[in-house]
Amino acid sequence: MSMPKDKRAQIYRERVKALQPKSKASGMCVRAFFVGGLICCIGQLIRDFGEKALKLTGNDLSTFTCVVLIFLGALTTGLGIYDRIAKFAGAGTSVPITGFANSMTAPAMEYKKEGFISGLGTRLFSIAGPVLTYGVAGSVIVGLLSLIFH
Amino acid sequence: MKYVIVFLVGGAICVIGQLLICYTRMTTARILVAFVLAGIVLTALGVYEPLIGFANAGASVPLTGFGYTLAKGAIDGARQNGVLGAITGGLEASSGGVAAAIFFAVSGALAFSPKTKK
Repeated sequence: MSMPKDKRAQIYRERVKALQPKSKASGMCVRAFFVGGLICCIGQLIRDFGEKALKLTGNDLSTFTCVVLIFLGALTTGLGIYDRIAKFAGAGTSVPITGFANSMTAPAMEYKKEGFISGLGTRLFSIAGPVLTYGVAGSVIVGLLSLIFH
Repeated sequence: MKYVIVFLVGGAICVIGQLLICYTRMTTARILVAFVLAGIVLTALGVYEPLIGFANAGASVPLTGFGYTLAKGAIDGARQNGVLGAITGGLEASSGGVAAAIFFAVSGALAFSPKTKK
């Protein structure tokens, strides 16, 4: 340990750099692309089913698609499947609406042991809370602006 | 052909999210908020509706599509009911999704327990 301080710092930095995970941005993007695209295709399948088999139209059709996708997202989260895919696909699983369902179900399940109010009830909204807050506030602003500029 | 466009557009929107995660180290909560807000702004500018017409579920399934539902509901509500419609329209249009998300998340959390992490 008689090395000069800056020399030791340099060796330390090199070791850290060698052990750091290589940033695999391109690989992650390819996987996000395929899994995200696939989830959207599943959404389209559900939509086509609602349109042809259930004769739904307009807003009902969109709501039906959304509800089924959210159900699938919550179910696969409960079964532990969704988080396994998420580890592989990153934003490919968190950006679709199924990821929104996952972001509510996973923490609610995780923290239910801390009670039904401050555990499950609060944690359910740890990510959905900000999304709904800014989403709803933003929609009201756009609605009011459309009154002025229409 | 329709499914190819759905796949390409849906995948591309997810790649934008992945690039934000990789290069700005934004957290998931920030990404999701940013996507919903982006959907709202693009809808207000009249850009997102044509994209939905072009890509169907490729544009409506990503969270920007949730922003689209909120903004379009508020704009339609404002057109029909003025100020009250502007306030109620967004949640009215997205109420099915929001209620389903809460209901299925609570059901899922009660029915299942977290799998042990390896």
